[in-house]
Amino acid sequence: MSTTAAQDIPQSVPALLERNARLHASRTAYREKEFGIWQHWTWAETAEEVRAMALGFLALGMERGDYVAIIGRNRPALYWSMVAAQSVGAIPVPLYQDAVAEEMAYVLDHCGARFVVAGDQEQVDKVIEVQQSVTCIEQILYLDKRGMRKYDHSRMNWLEDVQTEGRAAAQRLGPELDKRLAELTYDHTCVMLYTSGTTGKPKGVVLSNRNIIETSRASSEFDKLKPGDEILAYLPMAWVGDFIFAIGQAYWTGFCVNCPESAQTMMTDLREIGPTYYFAPPRIFETMLTTVMIRMEDASPIKQRLFHHFMAHARKVGPKLLDGKPVTLGERLKYGLGNLLVYGPLKDTLGLRRIRVAYTAGEAIGPEIFAFYRALGINLKQLYGQTEASVFITQQPDGEVRNDTVGVPSPGVEVRIAENGEVFYRSPGTFVEYYKNADSTRDTKDPEGWVATGDAGFFEESTGHLRIIDRAKDVGKMADGGMFAPKYVENKLKFFPNILEAVVFGNNRDRCVAFINIDLGAVGSWAERNNIAYSSYQELAGLKRVLDTIQEHVEQVNESIAQDKMLSGCQVHRFLVLHKELDADDGEMTRTRKVRRRIVEDKFADLIDALYGDKDSVYTETEVTYEDGRKGRIKATLEIRDARVFGNQQRIAAE
Amino acid sequence: MLDTQPDEGYTTADGRKIGGVAMEMKNITLRFGGVVAIKDISFDIRWGEVRAIIGPNGAGKSSMLNVISGFYNPQEGEIIYKGYRRPRMRPYQVARTGIARTFQNIALFEGMSVLDNIMTGRLNHMKANIFQQALWWGAAQREEEENREKVEKVIDFLEIQHIRKTPVARLPYGLKKRVELARALAAEPSILLLDEPMAGMNVEEKEDMCRFILDVNDEFGTTIVLIEHDMGVVMDLSDRVVVMDYGKKIGDGTPDEVRNNEEVIKAYLGVTDD
Repeated sequence: MSTTAAQDIPQSVPALLERNARLHASRTAYREKEFGIWQHWTWAETAEEVRAMALGFLALGMERGDYVAIIGRNRPALYWSMVAAQSVGAIPVPLYQDAVAEEMAYVLDHCGARFVVAGDQEQVDKVIEVQQSVTCIEQILYLDKRGMRKYDHSRMNWLEDVQTEGRAAAQRLGPELDKRLAELTYDHTCVMLYTSGTTGKPKGVVLSNRNIIETSRASSEFDKLKPGDEILAYLPMAWVGDFIFAIGQAYWTGFCVNCPESAQTMMTDLREIGPTYYFAPPRIFETMLTTVMIRMEDASPIKQRLFHHFMAHARKVGPKLLDGKPVTLGERLKYGLGNLLVYGPLKDTLGLRRIRVAYTAGEAIGPEIFAFYRALGINLKQLYGQTEASVFITQQPDGEVRNDTVGVPSPGVEVRIAENGEVFYRSPGTFVEYYKNADSTRDTKDPEGWVATGDAGFFEESTGHLRIIDRAKDVGKMADGGMFAPKYVENKLKFFPNILEAVVFGNNRDRCVAFINIDLGAVGSWAERNNIAYSSYQELAGLKRVLDTIQEHVEQVNESIAQDKMLSGCQVHRFLVLHKELDADDGEMTRTRKVRRRIVEDKFADLIDALYGDKDSVYTETEVTYEDGRKGRIKATLEIRDARVFGNQQRIAAE
Repeated sequence: MLDTQPDEGYTTADGRKIGGVAMEMKNITLRFGGVVAIKDISFDIRWGEVRAIIGPNGAGKSSMLNVISGFYNPQEGEIIYKGYRRPRMRPYQVARTGIARTFQNIALFEGMSVLDNIMTGRLNHMKANIFQQALWWGAAQREEEENREKVEKVIDFLEIQHIRKTPVARLPYGLKKRVELARALAAEPSILLLDEPMAGMNVEEKEDMCRFILDVNDEFGTTIVLIEHDMGVVMDLSDRVVVMDYGKKIGDGTPDEVRNNEEVIKAYLGVTDD
């Protein structure tokens, strides 16, 4: 398809939609589970829905260049509203649905959104709250009618009413819509996405049609995506990956986007759909594996033995089979039997039976986790990307998949490593600019189009694969001049199922210390099996036996770090288990669940002081924000543990 | 659903329409042997309102709810429902008149799935006979589909899609309460009786429950009678409040009126002691 299409590539997403409605008219484009049944729309139906919505937007007076904010969970109608906005020449700006009103206010004000498309009452309420300070919003459109009856509708509309109005006005507004559709070019803005911003205010990344369509084309060809593929759209719509997978690649190849019934039903829906193409951050793969392991602990001894026996075989043979390496007939037969008894049913339970290509990115994935899925025969690969690159910088080709690299540069992408180790790239997907922020644009992108990633890494000489060490700005120096790479240590800690999150400190200090968050699922299940009662996260986190376990983990990590000459100074000397989970509502993490190091450092300064002190416990009070925005305080006395360190680094005598 | 007495209705501050009198309790007295649980109580319930009954432990609130639902029959007094005096009825007969309830101690079928539990709420709407049911034929099939659709709407409304197929026994307390509400809602009642819907819930579960109760009232216009201990919840949710103490009614009115009623303060709310 690519060779014929290459001559006249549609210049915008609405143009791709028009093409799909012709080429794949009766293929399913969208599915959503509602009232317990999967509802579906073909490409032709989708085109009609989008057109009706675009006409409705025109009737409401949407102008070229208007910004349209979209807030809600993944639903077909919200995807359509993005394409409908593009159709009339406006620019969609998807926002994180779990953002609190203040966070939303900044973005809505910054882009000057005239229209807001909200998923439900909860989002509408937030927008109304924002309207007290942000005056640019003229119209609120909502998708779910529930609870909306009493609202003042003078500047508010139900999205379906907008479509009905659009259909009624088809005669009158049709020519205007066609005119605006014809105006769209490769250089028009396709979408604006706000980066979560681990530091400072979010920045609006402007991506053109060229960025999105070129990237989608190259990456779809890289993995041979085709019509008939299925994905599950469940990641936040504000995240660039969701835009590329559920709009870019979906519209380019014409595959089907499935929207779950609700956030909580994701796993069941995954199983019902059985996607062929799947993306998930490491955390999700981790959770799935933890669930499997917990359930296996409860299984009968026969099942347990069967599982462990065949999984051991799969770890040996599975990856080789995936990579097409030679495998003896006996091994192959045994793998086949295992597939019948263990792997197949397990993949089916997880909803991963039909996966052809699966990606993970965003954070480092634990080697055991990665190996587990590869062993099952799931083609799980890693990619490295960012919003500014329209996702793809590097990705792993089939057959060259490893846990510790992020692959080779994606087609069309050039990558170079600067003197200080920072990774730079240049590609057709490189963003146009940061909206209303010329300074930041200049700092990030040089005149030749090279963009700084902010990550430090290097190319492996033998394979040409890129390896990422850490955020360039987080890489520091220990007091004795040794290298300090906190992320490296944190990832090693997080590979233990019991540890959900870890923050390591030590820049310009003589030794490293760490905060740990335990994983409530894994540790809670352990407590249950051992008849240990607890009433809250805080209590569980403070139990002596839990601390003992964590201490073992920390010491194992220290031992493994000690092997690495460059980083042996990063061993954790003292640690504590935090009394609360780090949370985006408290600003300690970004919405994509990356730790905001500086904020954590400030907020828990007293704990860090204690870790560098010599007491073995510390009292602290912390302010927390509940889901509805109210605040409270939690008080705790935390135990500080000393961990054994290895090698000649041992300056602190363990007690 | 609103009664045909427009002159008696009014509109609340937040724009909901409250209709005429749906049910009137007249001089109800309920005794268990020598114990007088309810002593000569009269009050009314209007169409579309959220009516709360509050009072200290043992005040007779649950007994009052049981009188309304037909579980107890009072020795004295009468109940006027939809303009007529209600004769002595069995609870199932009361249920058929459009009154559904939830229980203080959850009363679900623990071994059945959430979906099946909620389907039982539709029982009064099923007419197919046992043979059709057994053979899954004709009316039985059609009915089940119709009823399932209604149930799915309730599931969607209360946001419990993720536990649709989960056996109730495996659910945490807060969700069980929600399932019970779902079952009551599935009956499409005109009057919904809630016996301590928030008991034993944490702050977030309570907030969710409050929102659901308000939404039910708002979306379907269902009249709600609820018993609740959490004062904050009662004052926020209800249009009018009946206060009981030792089986007697000691107050009746809007939350503000009740809050400032001397006798109520003395009996129940107490003088602030901190």
